[in-house]
Amino acid sequence: MGWLHQYAVIGRKLPNEEIPEPEVYRMKIFAPNEVVAKSRFWLKNVKKASGEIISVHDLFEKRAGIVRNYGIWLRYKSRSDEVNMYKEFRDVTMTGAVEQMYMEMSGRHRARWSSVQVLKVVVVEAKDCRRPQTLQFHDSKLRFPMPHKLPRANFKRHRTTFKASRPSTTIMD
Amino acid sequence: MGFRRFVENGRVVLITYGPLAGRLAVIVNILDENRVLIDGPTTGVARQVMPLKRVSLTDLMVPCSSHGIRTKTVRGLMESEEIERKWAESSWGKKLAARKRRAEMTDFERFEVMLLKKARNSAINQEMEKLKGSN
Repeated sequence: MGWLHQYAVIGRKLPNEEIPEPEVYRMKIFAPNEVVAKSRFWLKNVKKASGEIISVHDLFEKRAGIVRNYGIWLRYKSRSDEVNMYKEFRDVTMTGAVEQMYMEMSGRHRARWSSVQVLKVVVVEAKDCRRPQTLQFHDSKLRFPMPHKLPRANFKRHRTTFKASRPSTTIMD
Repeated sequence: MGFRRFVENGRVVLITYGPLAGRLAVIVNILDENRVLIDGPTTGVARQVMPLKRVSLTDLMVPCSSHGIRTKTVRGLMESEEIERKWAESSWGKKLAARKRRAEMTDFERFEVMLLKKARNSAINQEMEKLKGSN
């Protein structure tokens, strides 16, 4: 995965005479780069003209390489109204789970990047997961065969449009 | 059951696509129906997520007590189960090794092979002639 990064964007309203020290807000935003992260920050209570961004940090996954369940609360604009959702994904990094979420939203709900807002992303313990598609992987003795394996060229250059013989899709029965 | 090879913790897989093609690794955890976490410390495969499309299941297995075992444990298991030796002795492993050896042949080696093949085929043909002659 490499498309999305998690950024901590810190900003505040511009100081003026009434409020010389406005409150500083930090938002954790998932975006492909800093520019998009900064522009997403302005969606919330402050407007870009009346605020300033103090800093943008790239946040990295502290312990990648461990399979985790991520619960994502999101809000998206469907064609008729705004909908809140909770989705679960199994992944190795938080950004990976959010990437999966965007793909799923575009596939299932035709929701584009601009209409989806990530409200909260949290690592969920196995016992707290709600969705059956994540719960089905919570079995340390889990095993499944690969009943229909399509043959694949080892290298891209070996790919051909036509084959001499019918491929076998079973590994071994 | 019809199926004999399963995607499960401890299954040894052969990576068939990408920069690590041709190497063995152990399935350490199952991410979802399309991806697994694999690790191959003795074969030079870093612990990583691999899509099942890029992988072939082998007959070899490593006894795995639970999901998500550490790289150090995987290394110990791969060595105690002698995965690399068993692979080299299996017909699949031998075929891959032969293919690799053929690809590395120099022109002189190909010449030597040609001479050997010629000698073998003439010996076979002589026997065939004898058998035909006797009929």
